[in-house]
Amino acid sequence: MRRDLIFILMSVEIMLNGAGVAFVAAGSRWGQPDGQIMFLFILAMAASEVAVGLALVLRLYHQHHNLDADAFSDMRG
Amino acid sequence: MLGLLWLIPAIPFASALALAVLRVPKKLVAWTATGATAVSAVVSLLVTISFLSAPPAANAYTQVLWTWFDVGGLRPEIAFYLDPISLIMTLVVAFVGFLIHLYSTEFMIDDEGYSRFFAYMNLFFASMLTLLLANNLLLLYLGWEGVGLCSYLLIGFWYRDPANGRAGRKAFIVTRIGDTALVIGLFLLFHDLGTLRIQELMQRATEHWPVGSSAAIAAALLLLGGAVGKSAQLPLQTWLPDAMAGPTPVSALLHAATMVTAGVYLIARMHVFYSLAPLAQSAVAVIGAATLLIAGFSALTQWDLKRVLAYSTMSQIGYMFLALGVGAWPAAIFHFMTHAFFKALLFLAAGIVINALHDEHNIFQMGGLRTRLPFAFWTFVIAGCSLAGLPLITAGAFSKDWIIWGALSAANGSPEFWIVALVGVLLTSLYTFRMIFVVFFGEAHSEVTNRPGYPMLIPCFVLAFLSIVGGYLKTPFGRFVETALPWTEGARVLPITELVSEGIAALVFLLGLYLAYIFFLRKRSYATALASNPASDALHRFWFSDWGMDWLYDRLFVQPLVWFARIDKGDFIDGFYTGVTRLNEFAWRVLRRTETGRLRWYAAGIAAGSIVFIAVVLFL
Amino acid sequence: MEAAFYIAGAVAIISTVLTITRLNAVHALLYLVVSLLAVAVAFYTMGAPLVAALEVIIYAGAIMVLIVLVVMMLNLGKRAIQSERQLMQGKIWVGPSVLSALLIVEVVYLIARARLSGMPLGSGSGVLAPKQVGIGLYGPYLIGVELASMLLLGALVGACHLGRPVSEKAEARYDRNSDGSRARSGGNLVRAGAGRSPDAP
Repeated sequence: MRRDLIFILMSVEIMLNGAGVAFVAAGSRWGQPDGQIMFLFILAMAASEVAVGLALVLRLYHQHHNLDADAFSDMRG
Repeated sequence: MLGLLWLIPAIPFASALALAVLRVPKKLVAWTATGATAVSAVVSLLVTISFLSAPPAANAYTQVLWTWFDVGGLRPEIAFYLDPISLIMTLVVAFVGFLIHLYSTEFMIDDEGYSRFFAYMNLFFASMLTLLLANNLLLLYLGWEGVGLCSYLLIGFWYRDPANGRAGRKAFIVTRIGDTALVIGLFLLFHDLGTLRIQELMQRATEHWPVGSSAAIAAALLLLGGAVGKSAQLPLQTWLPDAMAGPTPVSALLHAATMVTAGVYLIARMHVFYSLAPLAQSAVAVIGAATLLIAGFSALTQWDLKRVLAYSTMSQIGYMFLALGVGAWPAAIFHFMTHAFFKALLFLAAGIVINALHDEHNIFQMGGLRTRLPFAFWTFVIAGCSLAGLPLITAGAFSKDWIIWGALSAANGSPEFWIVALVGVLLTSLYTFRMIFVVFFGEAHSEVTNRPGYPMLIPCFVLAFLSIVGGYLKTPFGRFVETALPWTEGARVLPITELVSEGIAALVFLLGLYLAYIFFLRKRSYATALASNPASDALHRFWFSDWGMDWLYDRLFVQPLVWFARIDKGDFIDGFYTGVTRLNEFAWRVLRRTETGRLRWYAAGIAAGSIVFIAVVLFL
Repeated sequence: MEAAFYIAGAVAIISTVLTITRLNAVHALLYLVVSLLAVAVAFYTMGAPLVAALEVIIYAGAIMVLIVLVVMMLNLGKRAIQSERQLMQGKIWVGPSVLSALLIVEVVYLIARARLSGMPLGSGSGVLAPKQVGIGLYGPYLIGVELASMLLLGALVGACHLGRPVSEKAEARYDRNSDGSRARSGGNLVRAGAGRSPDAP
């Protein structure tokens, strides 16, 4: 619904964060450290994803000079 | 020497094969093709000399090459049978064929597909000779089909014009109808008599079938059906005028001298059947007489030079059928021989005229060629007089008078046939001289551009010579074919003698000449007055369209078939398969909409999908 | 203790909602940072101090900073805000709201159905020290650690390569099948691609 790529990335971060909250809560609910461990993994994954994603965003902006997600519809059928 | 018989069809066949398969340079093509036919002609001459000087036993010679196949009691062989009829016909076909090949080396010189033309012509030549020399009906049928195929190929030779292809198809389909009757006849014969060898067939037929039995009548009528198709007689005659779309040498060879006479040969060969089935023989005579008249009337109205000659051929073969039908067998073969000479000459001379006027076919656009193409004029006149029957000096007169006499005097003859034959003479004379006067006299309407060279002139010269002297062979001819093809004499007492009949025929000829002279040379105003009269104009148009037969066949057969095919195109079996494709396309179009390439769309899809799955897991 | 949790939760939710409704990217990012910090507080109240700290350090501190950096670098300016304002009309919220509402209903239903024997939140669990987490990481979850490190390595290499400055010639090559080049060549892609010389990669 939001077209700007930055916003899309942000929303992805929010989602990951939310999933992480759920994990940690579950972990603390039952007193296991596993929830926090999962959250650590999620964190690592989010970091790497942000890094690559931002690099891609920069590339796309360099080529098309706009960040509209709908404009990158070259793979349509 | 008789052992060389097999070379007669074999050499042109080999030449056709070579021309079809190898890339022969253009100069060599003419030599190969014409050479092959020349060799055939020479061999047939040698065979003839040998046959005449030392006749074999029973005046017939059989040469067996090998057995074709041996299945269930049917054991046809590749074997050639030589008796007076086939000898004469082979000789004539070979020589006329050679001359026409010579003519076409120059006529077709400008056309692409030169070697293709000669391959087809040689193949036709070989097939026709196979047909004539065949020992059994299956080999004859092979030659029959071969000439039909070559006719189709040659009529549509200039294939780039779709009209020529249509003409070729029409010829093939119409003759096909006749061929089907012939094949059914072959089946019947084998079923009843157990063999297809011609001589054995005739022997067993006389033994097993009483005169007038239904089997004999059926066989004879079926064979007649085949002959009618191939020889362009009623009711299968509609293809011959359109076959003039082919090159002129093709018209000369196939549709004047040889292929269209295959039917005559078939009936003459199987004459025993017709003797056993008087009903069928009468049918032959009636068909011949009717075609004679119809074609004669139609020839009077045509403006295309070659179409006049086509209708003329139809009419003359009607004469031959009439002769066969009344029992004057030798007269039919003799007329075939002279007709081959003068009709081929007419076509060749017409080819010279058409070529000289740069492909002009309309006789009313020609005129005054008497002085500018003298050679063509004289040969045309000689051939035309032979066709119409100028007495005493042209061969055609001898043969036609023989037929006319036979129409009265032979076994099945009657005064009605005699009168019809005489009316035919009048018509023939009329349309022939109409042609001559309009084309060669009067004022010129077109320019002469190409003059013929020697390859075109020599055959015309030879044929003109034969058209004159051929008639003198009548008596030795009659004696020669007597053993194989007896003249069946009628039993009535006749009021007139043969000489009187000939005299009457000559008078009728002169009457036709005079009428043509008046209408087309002297006072053209009569002709134009006749044309403007509405009744005669309607009659003119009726005769022009071949008595409306094309229209009739179109309405009766072609339109219903096309209508049915069109309806059948959307039948339910097809509908099932089209339905499958249409369903596929519909699904494709729907699914294509989902492939937008837009990120948000896909994300929304994932979200919705996950909701659905969770719901399914939760609630189901 | 519990009040802190609820307040932090409320702050997180409100600031997240604000994030996704802002027009300006930077505003949205700042709200996101606030949301992350609130979530860190919530973690701490749940008894997971390690992840609370890590959330602040890595998530809010590194990732968000990175995004802010990139947004600043892009320098979108007023035009972007204008276009966002145009696009974010009222109607487009309908679909996502419906989907989200359905999801919330499902999740709540799920949790309600899986109700355990009435143990309230946060009681009887105590604080999970970093030590336990560390033992867990180096014990049963060792392979996850290794995989995460490989993932980070891959991300590093990928980001490095993608961030490399691109030459004009190569860019024209990438541009071959784009809409711009399609419009320029008049729709005939065969002829469009035929005139190019094959570039060495």
